[in-house]
Parts: sequence; structure tokens; C-alpha cells
Amino acid sequence: MKNKKYEAIVEKHKPEEKRVQHAGIAFLTGGILGLCGELLLEGYTHLFDLSRSEATVYMLVTFIFLASLFTALGFFDKMVSFARCGLLIPITGFAHSMTSAAIEYRKEGPVYGVGSNLFKLAGTVILYGVVSAWFFGMIRYLLEMGG
Amino acid sequence: MIYILSFLFCGTVCLIAQVILDNTKLTPGHITSIFVVVGAFLDTFGIYDMFIKYCGGGALLPITSFGHSLIHGALSKTPSTGFIGLLMGMFDLTASGITAAIVFSFVFSLFFKPKN
Repeated sequence: MKNKKYEAIVEKHKPEEKRVQHAGIAFLTGGILGLCGELLLEGYTHLFDLSRSEATVYMLVTFIFLASLFTALGFFDKMVSFARCGLLIPITGFAHSMTSAAIEYRKEGPVYGVGSNLFKLAGTVILYGVVSAWFFGMIRYLLEMGG
Repeated sequence: MIYILSFLFCGTVCLIAQVILDNTKLTPGHITSIFVVVGAFLDTFGIYDMFIKYCGGGALLPITSFGHSLIHGALSKTPSTGFIGLLMGMFDLTASGITAAIVFSFVFSLFFKPKN
């Protein structure tokens, strides 16, 4: 009985989620980032006379650097709470999770703070990426051996 | 044309993630993990390469391309070294991104304090 009352009160005070608006903002920010990525890629290939795969590395490092810098300066969190998945799903989210973990735990020391917490959030991405890539790679390899 | 496609592709990936985030109990951590696995799966039969060919930077930015790069590096080593190439080539293409993220976050953690 008490629980039900409590749940009713919680339901009443829940902030009304603007799902459509969130989705639109995420779409726009993600799209703009993708567009910037393509522009940078083209720019690097022409400016420094790089091959497309080398320019890809430069482009990704640029984004990682900017995301880390903005996180360190402290206003990337506000941008994330505004754009949500628009900033978390591109590679900027990966860099953001690592830098914020590093800065948050720095007061606990360089080894047990920064060292052991750096991959706290990014670790899942690497773990499941590597395991799934190995698994799918095995399937592809065996198929090529058999066929 | 490639600019429009990269806008649409990257935007759509983020849109799907945002819809999942808003309508389920999954956290951003779950979603990025799922997307990496999806990216690795799509590259198993070369589908993600097509996205990269037509969408360019828009397909390289989302975290799905991380899974794609992992398996792409692994598979590119198998013709010369066989089965063990899967282990040798795994980080070939993603090494730059991971190293950059580690170095930058360490350096910035030396100079900046948490804001709150």
C-alpha cells in the first residue's frame, strides 16, 4: 500500500521527457559531427597530401583531442547533457569517458586513482569489441577455410 | 553527395541510440557496447566497408567503426599468418585512437582539476 502511494507520487513528479526533442537534437549533433568528420577528412587529404586511411587517423585523433580538451576544461559535460547520444556515440564519447575518469580519480593518486580507473567506462567498449571481433573473425576465417 | 550521406549516417546512428536510451532502461555504457558489437558484426561480411565507401567520415566517427576497425585489422592479418593473425592484428587499426585517448587523458589529468 505504502509502496503504491510512493510510486504514484514519484510518477507525478517525474520530469516529462521530451523524447522527440531529444531524438532530434541527437540526430542533428551526430549529423553535424559526421559532416565535420568528412570535411576534416577531405581537408587533411588535400592539405597534407595524405592517403585516405592516414587522413582517417588524423581526423579521429583531432576529435579525440578536442573531446579530451573540452572535458578537461569542464564544459563537455554540459554539452553531453544537452546533446546526449549525439556526442556519446561518436568517438568523442569514448575520449570523454576516459578523460573524465582520469580527472575525477586523480586525487586518489597516479596508480590506484588514475591508473586503475582510466578504463572504468571505456573498458566495456574495448572488452566487448575485442571479444565480438575475435568471435566474428573466427567465423569468417573458418568459413573461408571451408569454402 | 558524400557530405549529405555522412550527415545522415552519423545522425541516424545517434538517433537510434537516443531512441534506445529514452525508451529502455539501458545506460549509454550498454548502448555503446551494443553498437561496437553491431559494428563488428556488420564488418564480418563487408557491409560496413560499403558504408565507409559511400558515407566517408560519417561512418568512421560513430563507435560502430571501432568494432569495424578491430575485426578489419584482425582479418587483414589472417592471409599471411593464419589463425594466429586474428590475435596479432586485432589492434592494428584502432591503436592510434586508443593511444591518443590514453595519452591525452593522462596529460590533461595532470593539469586540470575536477570542476565540482
